Amino acid sequence: MAAAAFYDLEGTLVSTNLVHTLAFYAKNQPGLLSSLRKSATTLLSLPVFAVTDQYSRKVFNDLFFQSYKGQTEDRMRFFAHELFETILKPAVFPGAYELIEKSRSLGLRQVVVTGALDLSVKPLMDHLGIADYVANHLEFVNGVATGRLLPPVLAAATKASWIRQFAEREGINLSDSYAYSDSMSDLPMLSVVGHPAAINPDMRLRQTALHHDWPILNLK
Amino acid sequence: MALQLRRKTHESVIYIDRDSAPRIMPSGEDFILEDLPIGTRVLYPNPPLKGLPNREAAIRYALNHPHGCDPLFAQLEPGMKVTIAVDDISLPLPPMATPDIRQTILEIVLDMLAGHGVDDVHIIIANSLHRKMTPWEMKRMVGSRIYDEYYPDRYYNHDAEWNEGMIKIGETRHKEPLNLNRRAAESDLLIYANINLVPMDGGHKSVAVGLCDYVSLRAHHEPQTIRDSDSYMDPARSELNNKCVRLGKLVDEHVNVFHIETAINNRMYKGDMDFLLKNEDDFTAFDRMKFEAMRYAMSKLPRQARRKLLHSRPAQYEMTACHAGKTEPVHEKIIAKGFEQYAIPVRGQCDILITGIPDISPYNVYSILNPLLVQVMALGYHFNFYRNKPLLKKGGVLIVQHPCYDEFDHKFHPSYIEFFNRLLPETRDAFVLREKYEEEFANNPSYVEMYRRGNAYHGAHPFFMWYWGENGRQHVGKVIVAGAENAHVPAMLGWERADNLTEAIAMARSYMGSSAEITMLHQPMIGIADME
Repeated sequence: MAAAAFYDLEGTLVSTNLVHTLAFYAKNQPGLLSSLRKSATTLLSLPVFAVTDQYSRKVFNDLFFQSYKGQTEDRMRFFAHELFETILKPAVFPGAYELIEKSRSLGLRQVVVTGALDLSVKPLMDHLGIADYVANHLEFVNGVATGRLLPPVLAAATKASWIRQFAEREGINLSDSYAYSDSMSDLPMLSVVGHPAAINPDMRLRQTALHHDWPILNLK
Repeated sequence: MALQLRRKTHESVIYIDRDSAPRIMPSGEDFILEDLPIGTRVLYPNPPLKGLPNREAAIRYALNHPHGCDPLFAQLEPGMKVTIAVDDISLPLPPMATPDIRQTILEIVLDMLAGHGVDDVHIIIANSLHRKMTPWEMKRMVGSRIYDEYYPDRYYNHDAEWNEGMIKIGETRHKEPLNLNRRAAESDLLIYANINLVPMDGGHKSVAVGLCDYVSLRAHHEPQTIRDSDSYMDPARSELNNKCVRLGKLVDEHVNVFHIETAINNRMYKGDMDFLLKNEDDFTAFDRMKFEAMRYAMSKLPRQARRKLLHSRPAQYEMTACHAGKTEPVHEKIIAKGFEQYAIPVRGQCDILITGIPDISPYNVYSILNPLLVQVMALGYHFNFYRNKPLLKKGGVLIVQHPCYDEFDHKFHPSYIEFFNRLLPETRDAFVLREKYEEEFANNPSYVEMYRRGNAYHGAHPFFMWYWGENGRQHVGKVIVAGAENAHVPAMLGWERADNLTEAIAMARSYMGSSAEITMLHQPMIGIADME
């Protein structure tokens, strides 16, 4: 039976997080004033994002993606490649390439399960040669973002559910599969596979990984 | 009368009689005092040979008077590509006081290379599948001058998992494959600087093992090779050595190797801890005071602090010989010097062998002696310290003194944890473990990355540690661990446990008979029981 390697993306394979992407789009608004206003708002929101992320990934998502409200889809698509070239590509951890290459050489399906936006993730996936990935989708009405995510919202337990369904559909043996994440919020995702590992983990995940004797990797 | 006669056999062989002092035994990070049964034979390390008075001069002489090839200076040409490989942190044990012998060799060799216009020089630590050394350890080993000049671009650890960094050399007539570090193999001259601590070290093993990859290592780091080695501390009767020699000859066909080997004496400690190497019957009041002071101080410290304290005590080894040139003639001379230091003539095997396991092993420098390492020290290293035949009779009892705590270093030994908790409950059969799981661990992407980018032992390393105990495991009838603080670690290793040494000896006697001959290795010691 086939097996897979499931990766979280931000903080795991790349050093950036959701805020970097948001800041990039905030900086690239139509008009200087608009860019300045959006950038300042993003900057002021950082403490709130940090606190809510510690509290609940769901609350964080609800709050965070509101920041995209009013942005147009075609503009976000237009800047996706620049976002990749200037922000995401330089942020890929050197060890991420090795990890994916080694993992692929073992015949493992490479799957990225991320809470980032699908628009921003695609060029990076092409760069990493990963065809199987799932990301969050912003809701657009008449080409304008509403600030809400389309279900299923990938975070915490939803990632684990998605992995289970994917494994069932694709004939993947989860006991022989690997999962990698940097965040405690991905504990469910790490818990459903036979070979979980923490990458550059936050303090809470590090403690959990030590407690469960999971490998702790540093891809920097 | 018999006891009186037996006391005279050799200065390193002592028999316990009625008025003998209790013996000091290591038990992990602790040292305990134990009264041994009358008639127990205790083997001590031989007195240290005198170190060479001028280390630099001896190295220079060796470089200028090599065996089997031209002197080093005569092999140098401006513009040539030279790689210097050095042993990793597993040698010597504990890490020696600075300046390390490798530093002295490197300073001399690098000066010579610079003087002959050789600028393309890399220094590679031949760590094979051992953990990579940390920058601090690397600096300590070669000194700040060399470190500052060469690290990190021209002074680095070997990476057995870097495919582009490896090159296929070929295979032996026995189909043993050999892939070597590309930089080393493609150099015009490969200089290897070695420190020989035990007879298993050095020789063809240095390059063929130290700079190879997992596929190459798998051919000889396997249970049958270990079973066929009687023992692997005796090169003449070691199948492991035979395989390394075959691979080494293959290396010599492709690479110009200039080997610098050194022998050291066994002065592990001096000053405040030198009493650990002495016969307790000869203790002065000052020795007793030093021991009591150490024991008192240690009793007040938590285990981590005791461990740190012990690891902060560098060994005081002195160089006793240095030879250079072609690998085989050089190694022959160094091995002879090593046996001169370590061989202890012993007559008669014993029924019960006692050994305390100190917190010293090649694999836990600045780290934890986890259960698998306790196993490899007991059934691997301590059992194999013999020549001709084992010190312990076939089917005899090995008593190990160690707390056997269930602790692992997540940074250095991640794959050991899975091996211990997932595999050992299923089987302890080395052949089954190898066939069923070794490659899975070796290729586990997490372990590969932790080896490459961190300081973890390779994913396959815990398997090698298990195989390393294979001939001991096949030979002994029973292993009893005295002082084990839990039941599950000994059970997982297939051992019995006892609360203390007295109980362990009683258990062993109930198995071997009340007249069983008992021998104790007085640890810490590096010594080879040279059996008649």
